[in-house]
Amino acid sequence: MKVFLAFLKKEFYHILRDKRTLLILFIMPVTQVLIFGYAVTNEFKDARIDVLDNSRSPLSREYINHLQSSGHFQLNQSITNYRDIEEGMKAGNSKFALVIPHDFSTDFLAKKQPEVQLLADGSDPNNATTLVQYVNQMSYSFINNKFPNSTQKRSITVSSRMLYNPQLESAYNFIPGVIAMILLIISAMLTSLTIAKEKEQGTMEILLVSPLSPFIIILGKVVPYAILSFINALIILLLGTSIFDVPIRGSIILLLLMCLLYVIVALALGILISTAEDTQQGAMMKSMMGLMLPTMILSGFMFPLSSMPQVLQGLGHIVPATYFIEILKAIMLRGTGLLTIWLSTLVLIGMAIVLLGLAIRNFKIRLQ
Amino acid sequence: MSREIVIKTDALTKKFGDFAAVDEISFEVTKGEIFGFLGANGAGKTTAIKMLIGLSRPTSGEATVAGYDLYKETERIKKRIGYMSQKFSLYNDLTPQENIKFFGGIYSLSRKSIKEKTQEILEKLDLVDVANTPVSTIPLGWKQRLAFAVATLHDPEIVFLDEPTGGVDPMVRRQFWETIYEASDNGKTIFVTTHYMDEAEYCHRISIMVAGKIAALDTPDSLKKQFEVESMDEVFVKLVRRNENTTSKISK
Repeated sequence: MKVFLAFLKKEFYHILRDKRTLLILFIMPVTQVLIFGYAVTNEFKDARIDVLDNSRSPLSREYINHLQSSGHFQLNQSITNYRDIEEGMKAGNSKFALVIPHDFSTDFLAKKQPEVQLLADGSDPNNATTLVQYVNQMSYSFINNKFPNSTQKRSITVSSRMLYNPQLESAYNFIPGVIAMILLIISAMLTSLTIAKEKEQGTMEILLVSPLSPFIIILGKVVPYAILSFINALIILLLGTSIFDVPIRGSIILLLLMCLLYVIVALALGILISTAEDTQQGAMMKSMMGLMLPTMILSGFMFPLSSMPQVLQGLGHIVPATYFIEILKAIMLRGTGLLTIWLSTLVLIGMAIVLLGLAIRNFKIRLQ
Repeated sequence: MSREIVIKTDALTKKFGDFAAVDEISFEVTKGEIFGFLGANGAGKTTAIKMLIGLSRPTSGEATVAGYDLYKETERIKKRIGYMSQKFSLYNDLTPQENIKFFGGIYSLSRKSIKEKTQEILEKLDLVDVANTPVSTIPLGWKQRLAFAVATLHDPEIVFLDEPTGGVDPMVRRQFWETIYEASDNGKTIFVTTHYMDEAEYCHRISIMVAGKIAALDTPDSLKKQFEVESMDEVFVKLVRRNENTTSKISK
């Protein structure tokens, strides 16, 4: 145990004295969360909208003007029939289309609740939800301006419909995705780098000649990174919940256990890479190409897996992050428990066992 | 003079596929001896040393190191040997003091003895002033002697040195050999590989490896006599030539 502590101490010296590692450890998670967070919840200025005004009344024109006065929207074109709605969105000219019903004005004056319809481009779900919120706010302020002293309840109902992505699946996608990325980078990439560094320096030989068992050496190399990954997962969760209001509806203990499971998978990947690579550069390349890119592209983090060709979907299903992100979303966003995620969990456990087995076997072979 | 035998090999062999990097070498090393292992690059020196320190498993043959069986008692051997590689492997981002502490730690030395040794080494190597700066900033010669001190920190019976003077200038090399002599005088056995022929003269006995085999083994003086030459350099050249002739005859 004392020997192990001496080893850990040394590892922490390495980590604390290497600027690059420190940067990856503490700056990257924060910047990633902020970049992704703000990139998707940005304020909108002059989002272009199409309007199909079936009412053609002074009141409806007033309403349209009011919407534009917010500065968030800009009229792209007035259209005359439903078919043009999709045209504009497909061409990328407009973010959403507003349909004002025929009896907008009459309903309004009759103190009924007129209903306007919003057709938003759901392929960019975060933007779409924000825009719908803006329209809601503006409708509310329109009524307040129009009837400041009204005691009666008046309102305009905004019924929104998403084209292309009706369930708005990736609304809070980025926090689970960032956690998956960061844990992978720290656990897999940094471990493979630190082991490769020992080999490059020749210190791995010295360690192997010493009475330390290979198992202790590897454990000593990965434990610090496991701890740091965990701290990072907490930082990201904290940032996500405090700045971007990402909910954690399910059990936080289950969530952390799942993080641990994923960290084990990532560490095994890191060890596996370092058994195959003797240089830091090689280890870096392998973890970039073999781990980071698939995780970014094929895990459903950036692009929905369901919209990819079969082959890529297949590849996506061997990326551990795919399952981890699914699990995180289930726990955080839907608040479900083991009952719904048991399959993904089993897959990750299976991956952990296989990868650890391979890593240990390869490490032994190298000693021959 | 009956000296205790500390390393003994019998037809020790390492094959990579069909290629025998080390081909049935047999020799004995006695306590306190400085045993040189010479050979050109690729002659099998490093492979041989790696087998003896447990980094590489022999394909066949027998060996004992420090009285323990190379196959079955690896753990016991590990505690009794020290190893310094051609890279003077220390942690560059740690200070000399931290390096000593770490290696003391992994050899399970007591805190008190680590403290004493640290003081002793720093003073002896004149490293007190740089005790708290990273190893990467100290000159190669110092680094080399520090690496040796670290390799002998746990007071091993045998010290294996794999080309310990590579890339170091002659002046520093001589200094380093003084350190080696001192260790030998203290009863440590030194097993050293090198391809510098002038260094061979410093060894008590040397074995010259050519193409995986031990082509000659004796004291430097008797080797020179045997080959009727003035220097180890010429011994080596003659040996290599002779070997080339035999192999070319075989291939014909």
